Amino acid sequence: MSKFLKLTAAALVLATPALAEKHGLGRTAMPEEIAAWDKDVSPDGTGLPVGSGNALDGEEIFADNCAICHGDFAEGVDNWPKLAGGDGTLADEDPLKTVGSYWPYLSTSFDYINRSMPFGSAQTLEPDDVYAIVAYILYSNDLVDEEFELSNETFLDVEMPNAGGFITDDRAETEYSQWRAEPCMENCKESVEITMRASVLDVTPEEEGAEAVVDDVVEEAAAEPAPEPEPVVAALDAELVAQGEKVFKKCKSCHQVGDNAKRKTGPVLNGVFGADIAASEGFKYSKVMAGYGGVWDEATLTTFLTSPRKMMKGTKMSFAGLKKDEDILAMIEYLKSVSQ
Amino acid sequence: MADQPNQGPSRRQFLTSAAALGAGAGISAVAGSASAATPDPLITEVQDWASGLGDGVDASPYGVPIQFEGDVIRRNVEWLTADTISSINFTPIHALDGTITPQGCAFERHHSGAIELKKEDYRLMINGLVDTPLVFSYEDLERFPRQNHTYFLECAANTGMEWAGAQLNGAQFTHGMIHNMEYSGVTLRTLLEEAGLDAAGDLKDKWVYVEGADASSNGRSIPMEKALDDCLIAFKANGEALRMEHGYPVRLVVPGWEGNMWVKWIRRIEVMDGPVESREETSKYTDVLEDGTARKWTWVMDAKSIVTSPSPQAPIKHGHGPLVITGLAWSGHGKITRVDVSKDGGKTWETARLGKEGEDKALTRFYLDTEWNGEEMFLQSRAIDETGYVQPTKTQLREVRGLNSIYHNNCIQTWWVKADGEAENVEVS
Ligand code: HEC
Ligand code: HEC
Repeated sequence: MSKFLKLTAAALVLATPALAEKHGLGRTAMPEEIAAWDKDVSPDGTGLPVGSGNALDGEEIFADNCAICHGDFAEGVDNWPKLAGGDGTLADEDPLKTVGSYWPYLSTSFDYINRSMPFGSAQTLEPDDVYAIVAYILYSNDLVDEEFELSNETFLDVEMPNAGGFITDDRAETEYSQWRAEPCMENCKESVEITMRASVLDVTPEEEGAEAVVDDVVEEAAAEPAPEPEPVVAALDAELVAQGEKVFKKCKSCHQVGDNAKRKTGPVLNGVFGADIAASEGFKYSKVMAGYGGVWDEATLTTFLTSPRKMMKGTKMSFAGLKKDEDILAMIEYLKSVSQ
Repeated sequence: MADQPNQGPSRRQFLTSAAALGAGAGISAVAGSASAATPDPLITEVQDWASGLGDGVDASPYGVPIQFEGDVIRRNVEWLTADTISSINFTPIHALDGTITPQGCAFERHHSGAIELKKEDYRLMINGLVDTPLVFSYEDLERFPRQNHTYFLECAANTGMEWAGAQLNGAQFTHGMIHNMEYSGVTLRTLLEEAGLDAAGDLKDKWVYVEGADASSNGRSIPMEKALDDCLIAFKANGEALRMEHGYPVRLVVPGWEGNMWVKWIRRIEVMDGPVESREETSKYTDVLEDGTARKWTWVMDAKSIVTSPSPQAPIKHGHGPLVITGLAWSGHGKITRVDVSKDGGKTWETARLGKEGEDKALTRFYLDTEWNGEEMFLQSRAIDETGYVQPTKTQLREVRGLNSIYHNNCIQTWWVKADGEAENVEVS
């Protein structure tokens, strides 16, 4: 910070604002309003709500709300962020930067999870839940044991391994001082050899452009009234339903079923089997799903649940798909059971 | 034109153009394939558009680019992120000219999706170490004195994929996390002064924490000096309302500093006596050096430039002779004063012409008007800003920072232009 101040005309910019003209606009913020929005937590613990939770409880809350994306042990699923591991890798070729290996302050975990997670249902966790989850993430990083209880009072007792791992921007000394010189214009190097080519790697997306526009038009055109659903008659296999209920854990972070089901990241799935695709009232579907047409039956659900994005490119359902055929069978049976 | 019934061309016009078409077909049948010696039928024959009628006004009450420009669009790189909600796409800089980025193709980066927030539902709170904590409506903001400024916004991760080597084949993908717009808004200083800063005491070590209204609750800590210097609370860009994907109705503008700090849908400004050290300023937007320590608070975007054409998505399609090499340059430290271009991978350099004089923390367009006769080129550009800073090579950056950086890659880029005019992203010695 002080370095930064030296670089610009600090005195001028920070001139006393007492002389500033006021416009008399806006109104005084009420204490309840400030309390509702001012939730940030600083490294010294300022802003922490009263509460506590332990790693064991946290494990369960994490499994229900976070594991679908971040993995049961906070190790991360697919491309979703890893929250644990990476200890001692920061100087390696591909460092693994996680809450445990990289984050300098514990306050950041509490603050971020409290305000921004779970993805798609942010700001729904109670303070005790957040304390428990943070304790569990510390546990997953081998920083505390299972019984560890985190509270607003014990918060500052935890030392983060990488607390001393940061320096403030030093580009002025290490870079600018060297690179503010008259550049070479001629005979700057002897030879120029290609050392790497992007086409060899071939990770560049194909250009779609005009085609993409055409696709949109086709999708719009497909948004015709779907045929009437077939009545559902078959008797259900109770064992399969029970199995499906277990698999449904993978969907729970985004979908709810049952009497008090509410819309989350995804629509409520009551009655989805046999219903028109994209028929849940009030839910904002992606263009592709809204315009797909047709009915959720065995065939369409199997295709969709195997790979949502393959069936509907551009779907908002960020889920890789169910890998095992038996899981898909069970899942469909379960969806039938909540559709009767 | 004649086959569009709502245009209602007269029978006479219809006959005229039909006759013209017939005549055209006759001529080309005789002359065979086109050659430079044959008169151009686009000139010698009356074309539909020169005879029939075009669209009436209001055919498109808010215009979009003509269908032939359908490939000048934002694109994303699917493998980069788990989904498109917390993701990024890229400005088609290879296909644009001048310096202003149209909002409709300016890159997007969301942490929890672009939200729909009505002006009527918009509130901006200022709290913390201020004399009176205040709440403003959108209407209140429009009653403060306004300013207009053009600034670039660059994501700190722009060119981030290239740290490991030449990866993505196109200026859009390597350098497209940038846009440049003219903003209209109120200075952050005006709003802070409205709330009163006496309560903050000595402002030197004070901070302003800014936070967005979306579910990601993106928040960043900004030193008071910058907050009072040139930050804007903006509600218009390029003359019209901000687009939803850029923070409608109100976003923060932090000139010259990394894009993540330009909080969209800004809802709260808190004056504090220290930084929050939020996730976006610890876990992300910090730079791991070779020994594993990391730099933080690397806010300024250093000088950088890129040749936008020719480039992999914009190969040379015309023949030999005159060639315009063009590109963009910018610096978070101020104005661009000079851009050099090399055609031989950095052995020799020529100084390019600036489209107009460099502007403070805004994109500058450069041109090198040259000749090309099918020779292979290794095109590079190098920006110099008003502080005398010269854009470094990747080797120079790696020497200081090691190989594990993600952000702030402002290295000199190389396009290998081949004899057929095609170009490829390469790294050279
Ligand atoms: C639907 C998927 C999903 C679920 C469920 C989810 N997260 Fe996340 N999480 C994400 C995404 C995506 C990001 C990155 C967001 C961004 O880009 O800003 C993230 C980021 C994080 C980070 C920061 C990681 C880093 O390295 O910066 C933490 C910590 C975190 N989540 C914790 C949680 C916790 C705790 C829960 C459960 C209460 C949870 N998440 C539930 C998708 C999810
Ligand atoms: C990360 C969040 C997420 C997860 C996990 C998820 N879904 Fe979805 N799901 C969505 C979203 C969002 C939509 C709406 C998609 C769209 O509009 O394109 C959706 C749509 C659906 C639909 C269509 C609903 C309709 O009304 O047409 C079905 C069926 C479905 N999901 C089933 C499942 C099942 C079964 C699982 C678990 C195996 C699952 N989803 C996991 C987010 C999720």
